[in-house]
Amino acid sequence: MENVLGLVALACGLIVGLGAIGASIGIGLMGGKFLEASARQPELMNDLQTKMFVLAGLIDAAFLIGVAIALLFAFANPFTL
Amino acid sequence: MSAEGLGPTPGEYIRHHLVHMTNKTQESIVDFSVINIDSVVVSVVLGMLICFVLWRAARKAHAGVPGRFQAAVEILVEMVDSQAKGVIHNAASRKVIAPMALTVFLWIFMMNFMDLLPVDLLPAAWHVVGPALGFKDYLRVVPSADLSTTLGLAVSVLLMCLYYNVKIKGVGGWAHELVSAPFGTSKNPIFAVLLGVINFAMQIIEFVAKTVSHGMRLFGNMFAGELVFMLIALLGGYAALSLTGGLFFVGHLIAGTVWAIFHILIITLQAFIFMMLALIYLGQAHDAH
Repeated sequence: MENVLGLVALACGLIVGLGAIGASIGIGLMGGKFLEASARQPELMNDLQTKMFVLAGLIDAAFLIGVAIALLFAFANPFTL
Repeated sequence: MSAEGLGPTPGEYIRHHLVHMTNKTQESIVDFSVINIDSVVVSVVLGMLICFVLWRAARKAHAGVPGRFQAAVEILVEMVDSQAKGVIHNAASRKVIAPMALTVFLWIFMMNFMDLLPVDLLPAAWHVVGPALGFKDYLRVVPSADLSTTLGLAVSVLLMCLYYNVKIKGVGGWAHELVSAPFGTSKNPIFAVLLGVINFAMQIIEFVAKTVSHGMRLFGNMFAGELVFMLIALLGGYAALSLTGGLFFVGHLIAGTVWAIFHILIITLQAFIFMMLALIYLGQAHDAH
């Protein structure tokens, strides 16, 4: 039983950690492009900002789904021995 | 297990707050006879509230200088209308889709907003009233933190997409698109069948992936947000008249403030994203691939 709990804890950590890597890199790349585009064409800044927030939500989606699942495993553990 | 006279352990507290008020216990992993009564009732009440507020705005609207309420509603309607015009190029469809987008945006925003109420506020009130009325002592007040609700909304958008696919492209036209996009067809009948099978599989995967991600994105954001609020509540629960206790209390206030402010952004953003994606998927049903 302790073995299962330990493995579930490890799994939760991996889900959140690996998901965070992907989401952060994605947001970083997109934010960099947005800043470049704003510097080139400041008149488009407002339109691009709206689209950037929408894209941020899309990029974070898989990560947050993973966090929700990891938190579910952490508190309502379905894996019994 | 909690000792005699003491409250629940942190794990028990959170597990208690994660249980829905259902009409019967779940028997298998997918059980369609189980209804989360709390999600249904809260979402219906919020929907009626939104419809009432918007109806009042429409009743009192006049063509002169608008008051603040009318101006606020007009800003909202104009925002949704401009997004719909940008994505859906068919005016007759927009008559239905733009109000649907407004409804979805406001409804999901209100359902997400329930997350900002204190964690124990409504469940504590329910603890007094509910068991006396014969219901179980569980209550979850955020309908969009319930996978059934969000997937229900996403499946409704999918059904609308299927309807508009058939209506705009015709059954034959849509069937042709199902076997010819995204890889195209060929004159050679063997290759045509092969490509048709692959294209159809890709289309099915696309529909399923779009719908599931549409629903689960909202669920993941709201469920994680709700859980962090519960963890912050536990931080306050550890407060005591000692140094660590005092620090826990200060931490509870700071963390609660910061997370609540961040969450105000998240709830608005997630409602906006759900609406935008619904509009984009319906727009894809109008245009050819």
